Parts: sequence; structure tokens; C-alpha cells
Amino acid sequence: MKQNPKKKNSFFEHLREWDEGNFDLTEAAMGELHPPRPERKHQNMDWVHHHLVRMEAREVSFFEHLYPFMAVILAAAMILFLLVVVSEMPAFGRADTPTNTSVVIKRYIGNGLEETGAVNIVAGVILDYRAFDTLGESHVLFTAAIAVFILLLQEHDEKEKQQDLRILKNDLILRKTATVLLPLIIMFGVYVILCGHLGPGGGFSGGAIIGGGLILYSMAFNTGNLGRVINMRSYRIIVLCALLSYSILKCYSFFCGANGLHTIFTTGTPGAIFSAGLILPLNTAVGLVVACTMYGFYSIFTKGRI
Amino acid sequence: MTQILWNSRILCVAVILFAIGFVTLLLNRNLLKKVIGLNIMDTASYLFLTSLGYINGRTAPIIIDGVIEPERYVNPLPAGLVLTGIVVSVSVTAVMLSLTLRLYKRYHTLNIDEIYRQVHLEQEEEA
Repeated sequence: MKQNPKKKNSFFEHLREWDEGNFDLTEAAMGELHPPRPERKHQNMDWVHHHLVRMEAREVSFFEHLYPFMAVILAAAMILFLLVVVSEMPAFGRADTPTNTSVVIKRYIGNGLEETGAVNIVAGVILDYRAFDTLGESHVLFTAAIAVFILLLQEHDEKEKQQDLRILKNDLILRKTATVLLPLIIMFGVYVILCGHLGPGGGFSGGAIIGGGLILYSMAFNTGNLGRVINMRSYRIIVLCALLSYSILKCYSFFCGANGLHTIFTTGTPGAIFSAGLILPLNTAVGLVVACTMYGFYSIFTKGRI
Repeated sequence: MTQILWNSRILCVAVILFAIGFVTLLLNRNLLKKVIGLNIMDTASYLFLTSLGYINGRTAPIIIDGVIEPERYVNPLPAGLVLTGIVVSVSVTAVMLSLTLRLYKRYHTLNIDEIYRQVHLEQEEEA
């Protein structure tokens, strides 16, 4: 195992330092990442403003003392008001509330199996009846990923500097545990995605599980070979292909359904793995987007690149 | 009234959780803790929505043995809505955290008052 002589690499060295009281984990990581702010040029300006701010602070101190009490009183009033609303609402767990006697509910449960072929009614609702909703969700996730990339993507010289500073770089326990757990985690995620129409699960939960597995690998092995599989280019290709195939498949399905045309995607035998028409491919597309975005978030927050 | 509130105690828990998140948002000057408070408020609204769809004595909406009577299963619609909410909440949290990180890189503090003070100073310096 390679040890960097200048930095304390293992978790236990950090733990001992922390136990002795001369090391704060978060302080050290942040302090090394970001050197202290350089001194201001205009010292006299700074002095004037310092005094100005202190003067203002003396005037608003009354408000600042009052502020926590007012916040707590406001929250207590909100709790009281909402509890009165809750006491006026239909009781919990009743079947005759307006929410639970709606016509769509009877339609979803009564005809869902026949119309969508999905044993899991929720999967049938979100990926067949309300598939545009889920497409919008995937796009929200994709847009958030783009925004995070715009904000945090770094240049090459900065990223070299940061790579040395991660704390859990050569941790033996983490590596061995990750080696044992990683195949199981990825396999479980694939199972959850593929059986989304047969039981609890689906693209979002399975994608989150796979993303968690990728994050575990990245933490234990310092990205390693994963950078060759998932980099910026492959991330773009995977997410674009997933979103495009989702849109095209669903547009085809809606077009055929609205015009009463014959579709090549049949509902099949309920309970079989290749059944429920489009739900399996749509779940796979959503799972790919979610897994890549989860890993992308982690990667961009820790290393500044994907 | 107490009996009614006890019967729908999960809704009361959701309301109290919402207020806890709101107070966290108001009282903390640390930006990261504000993000945590917003997430607690999100969680409270999910709890509220899912508990609206629950019906006593019924099972999850996964068809068993081909029984398709609506009287057997709970409401499947709130589950789908909460799924949407969770995804949006994850996205919003990620964007907020990245904005916080950018602010920290520039001002070297997470205290929002200190950030305001430094922004004020910078504007004065430019003027």
C-alpha cells in the first residue's frame, strides 16, 4: 500500500490525532482545500467599515435578541393552526375520504392490470398512465446535474491539487468491504430495476442503489478504473440516449393509443419478466439516468470533475 | 378534539416535523443547516401525502393472486406523487449545496451574515 509521507493517510491516524485533541477532521480538510483569505488592500477602508458594522450591530441587537423568540412563537402558531386543520380533516386510514373514493383510483386498480400489464399498480400509474410526469422528473434531475456541473466543474490544475487531500484514500477495511459488497449492491440494483413492474422497486430506487454502489467504489479505490467507464463523455452519451429513447418510445405509445392503432408493445402475461409493454424499457432508461446522476453528483462534489 | 388528533396522529407528526424544519431554516445562520432544515420540511410533506393515501386494513397496491377489487388495496396515487417530490427535492438539494460550496470558496465562511457583510464591503470598495 502506498503511503504519502507528508499526509496522514489512514483513518486511524486521523482518529488518534482527533482523540488527542489536536486535529479537527472537518477543519483540516477544509483548511487544506482552501487557504485563508488574503489580506485586504485597503486597510483603512476595512477599519472604517468594521466600526460602521459594529455601530449597526449595536442598534439592531434588540431585534437580534427578539428574533429567536419570534421564530419559535411563529412556528408554535403554525403548529397550532395546522393541528386545527388536521382535526377538521377526515380521519387517518378511512376509506370514505374524498382522496380515496376518487374515480381514478377505482380505474387505476380495477383496470390497471388489464390495461398496463403491470402487477405493481404504482409502476403502472407512473410509467404508463402518467408517463409524461416521470419524463419531466428525469429532466428535472438532468437539469439539476447540468446546473451543478456549471457551478462546480474545475480546471485541470485545481483538480491535481485536490486529489491528494482526500482523507480515506488508502483505508484497508473500506477496500475489503467494498470488494465484497460491490457486486451484491450492483446486482441488487439491477434486480430492483428489472422487477419494477412485478413488485416494489423501479427505475428511481434501483438507479439510486446502483449510484450508491458506484460511489462506494469511488470512495474505496480512488476512482481507479471507473473513470474509464464513466467520464464526462460517456455520461453525456448515456443520459442523452436514455432520455431520448424514453421520449421516443412514449411518444410512439401515446400516438398509437390515442389513434387506436396497433402497437408492437403488448401487455403480455402479467407476472412474466417481459411483460407490461413499455414499463421495463422505461424503467431501465430512468435507472440509467438516476445512477449516472447520483455518481456524477458525488464525483463533482468531491473531485470537481466526473 | 384530542381523540380526533390521536386518531390521525401521523398527520400531527408531519405537521410538527414541518414546523421543526421551518424553525431550523429560520434560526440557523449556517447555510448547510438551512439546507438540512429545508430537507426536513420536504420529508414532512411526503409523510403527510403518503398518510393521506393509507387505508386501514388494506395491502400495498401490488396485485396478488389476480384479485383486482379496489376494496383490497390502498390508494396508489400518493405514492407516485411522493416519488416526484423526492426526485425534485434531491435535485434542489444538489443545486443548493453546490451554490453553498461556491459561496464558501469565495468568502471562506458559511455564516450568511458574514457573507452579507463581505458582499457589502466589496460593493462599497467598488463604488
